[in-house]
Amino acid sequence: MLSAEILKEFVQIVGSEHVLTSPEDLIAYSYDGTSVEYCPDAVVSPFNTEQVSRVMQVCYREGICVVPRGMASGLAGGAVPVSGGVSLCLTRMNRVLNLDTENMMVRVEAGIITADLQAQVESVGLFYPPDPSSVRHSTIGGNVACNAGGARCLKYGVTRDYVMGLTVVLSDGRILQTGTKAIKNVTSYDLKNLFVGSEGTLGIITEVLLKLIPKPEFARTAMAVYPLLENASVTVNNVLRAGVLPATIELMDNTTIETIEEYLHLGLPTNVAAILIIEVDGSDEETVTKQIETIGQVCRASGASDVRLAKTETERADLWRGRRSVLPSLVRRGPDQLSEDISLPRAAIPEAIRRIKAISEKYGLTIAVFGHAGDGNLHPSILYDKRDPEQVRRMEQASRDIFNIAIELGGTLSGEHGIGVLKLPFLRLALSPIEIELMQAIKHVFDPKGILNPGKKFPYHIKN
Amino acid sequence: MAEKITQRILQDISVPEEKQCHLCSRCGLCLSVCPTYRETLRETDSPRARLMLLRKVIEGELQISRGFVAKMYGCLNCLACNVICPVGIKPSDIALAARSMIHQARPQSLLQSLIFGNYFSHSSLMELSVLPMFLYQCLGIQGAVRAFGILERLPEQLRDMERMLPPLPERSLRHRLPEVMPARGERKYRIGFFLGCFQNIVFTNVSAATVRVLAHNGCEVVTPKDIKCCGMPHVGHGDLKTARTLARHNIDILEKLDVDAIVTDCATCGSTLKTYDSLLAEDAEYNVRARAISAKVKDISEFLGAIPLREPQHPQRARVTYHDACHLRRGQNVWSEPRQLLQLAGAELIELREADWCCGSAGMQIIMNYKGSMQILARKIQNIAATEATIVYAGCPGCQLQLGLGAKRFGLKVLIEHPIQLLDRSYQ
Repeated sequence: MLSAEILKEFVQIVGSEHVLTSPEDLIAYSYDGTSVEYCPDAVVSPFNTEQVSRVMQVCYREGICVVPRGMASGLAGGAVPVSGGVSLCLTRMNRVLNLDTENMMVRVEAGIITADLQAQVESVGLFYPPDPSSVRHSTIGGNVACNAGGARCLKYGVTRDYVMGLTVVLSDGRILQTGTKAIKNVTSYDLKNLFVGSEGTLGIITEVLLKLIPKPEFARTAMAVYPLLENASVTVNNVLRAGVLPATIELMDNTTIETIEEYLHLGLPTNVAAILIIEVDGSDEETVTKQIETIGQVCRASGASDVRLAKTETERADLWRGRRSVLPSLVRRGPDQLSEDISLPRAAIPEAIRRIKAISEKYGLTIAVFGHAGDGNLHPSILYDKRDPEQVRRMEQASRDIFNIAIELGGTLSGEHGIGVLKLPFLRLALSPIEIELMQAIKHVFDPKGILNPGKKFPYHIKN
Repeated sequence: MAEKITQRILQDISVPEEKQCHLCSRCGLCLSVCPTYRETLRETDSPRARLMLLRKVIEGELQISRGFVAKMYGCLNCLACNVICPVGIKPSDIALAARSMIHQARPQSLLQSLIFGNYFSHSSLMELSVLPMFLYQCLGIQGAVRAFGILERLPEQLRDMERMLPPLPERSLRHRLPEVMPARGERKYRIGFFLGCFQNIVFTNVSAATVRVLAHNGCEVVTPKDIKCCGMPHVGHGDLKTARTLARHNIDILEKLDVDAIVTDCATCGSTLKTYDSLLAEDAEYNVRARAISAKVKDISEFLGAIPLREPQHPQRARVTYHDACHLRRGQNVWSEPRQLLQLAGAELIELREADWCCGSAGMQIIMNYKGSMQILARKIQNIAATEATIVYAGCPGCQLQLGLGAKRFGLKVLIEHPIQLLDRSYQ
């Protein structure tokens, strides 16, 4: 519980409308996109970096935990205040501060919705490529804090590849500006990249300077249908070896397709083992068309029984709507699901899928496999019923087995969702004691009192 | 103790289906389309939070507190979350169900029960209440009030409510329309016209035009005079009991008409009439009859879009735009038909950005949630201004009132009409 005096200080900084303590508000800020739930003691919504700094000064002085938060679409429990304290909501900080068309960069506040940012830069012919499925309901601050990926990573990379600079409020309230518009910069340790993917444990990201690229004008999307899952996964490498770099190669297995179709009725084929959704883009229509045709040939040669090209913008949008709705649609089948986010070397995908299907059989649990096959990031989702303790036990074993597969095949626990609290118990599978020790030392420098998003990312105990 | 009380109350009243709240995966997709969330950027004003709060009430962890009530009534019922939810939950419907739960659990104030129990249920009472407002406009009081700057001294909200009032007609339409309007030329259809409350006493020109256009296109139009409110204000308020009484009354009357279709020019009436069967789901006798009636209900643009129409005599060459009423676009999946009618009438139709984004009217938000309603309206008016249209069309009287206020409030020179009015002019 926070004392009335402290709440009064918050009110003086951000205004009474933006300090929330009612039971309804605390419940609303107790969750994210997972089933983890803990209420904060107060919700504070600052309007600019200076207000964030003043709030942090109070929290540092008093030793109050702070959990930064955007739209709470996270899939690892990262924005859930597991130790109470202040839920620091940055959604009011949603301005575009500077759109520099000459240098092709944009400076925005952390709370801007990523899709809104994309729309703004696209209106001047520029492009911000990272496109997590939550692009319409997540903020750029959250994307940077989790180093969000998305379908287009294969060609365009992840959030990190576009972050040029950051404004970060440190745990004691000091304001750090790091990075510049200069593309080459080896002047310091790469501080900004420490914050990318730090999940709110090192500082509060309040402003982001992003690199942009010219908007590709043309895109063609194809759907390849496979009677054997194996062939779909082999196709990925065959396409890339054929000399074409698609923007996306997305894989969905039979369970995934059936679930989407049941809900959205998009006309996807349901009696097949897998489909790939492949999109190419570029600035020359002829090249793009030629590339999608090449891809069609490679797909057929790799065992696709059918390759369909989206003919209209609606058909293309439908395919992507289907892909973006996978996770929530799976809830219909569940009733509960645990969605993993393992990331593998691309060549290991066929073997990984084979082993995941074996785990599904071993434990008698449905595991839907889908994900960004092109960049090796898969989302095997275990469906179970949490009211049945026996199923929960099997789900937990299956989950551990999946992590082990990822590690054995040279991959890792999480590609884009983050560790949060959900994957914390498995962290030692992936990280060596030396890595964890170094992370603890770094954490101590930035957050000596351990008030920033405690209980997340990695085990950390405050040094005495 | 308080939790126990909530629990006991819950045992005696019908509660929204618990499973619906539990199914929510909390993905947050609904936040992207929710007008209230997008204005306040506060999670508590989102569909996801409304589901969670209701779940906590059902589980006894939260009381039916003032805050909870405010959040359930804060939903605009614009249906956007219903459409986008990938799990298939209908948060907008669930907020209404929660209101019904609240309505049963909490005693009503006298004013509320007067408004919803009597006022909306009796056409003649509503008609009578327009009289003082009519006199206010006609006897020069409105002019005097405005001239002497009295209005400026009223609180902003009251001022906006005064400005919202369009010029009122002298007589309600119910008393002016013939019981049966004969078809022009050969009678091809026999139509029952459901005259909505708003069109009856405020936008009488709209429904007069609707009946004329129908007759002009070979319809014999029967307008039953003893029809009552469709029941939506009551559903919106949580008073399902009165809503069901009204529905049964209207079904009794509509059944007797022996018509090919029942047409309405009010988005809200239309979407309510079309869902009478689910409103009366637990009434074995009326449920079947409701289904038969609901199947016959068509919005005016939907009906006209399905029959051959006469060519307009006088095409109306105006630059216009169209706002999708929530209860037409998502409530009835009617959106291309009204656009086609406008084009048929000869208009140059400029597509409105975010055309299907709620205007903030949502029944009585100007009274219940003035600030939020005005913020949402500002967004709509900005988009309208960008079209440079001279007339904005909307198939819903609630939207028309709200947009009219928006135009005055933000000084936008634009006329607000119902699509049928343009088509009607093109025939004259």
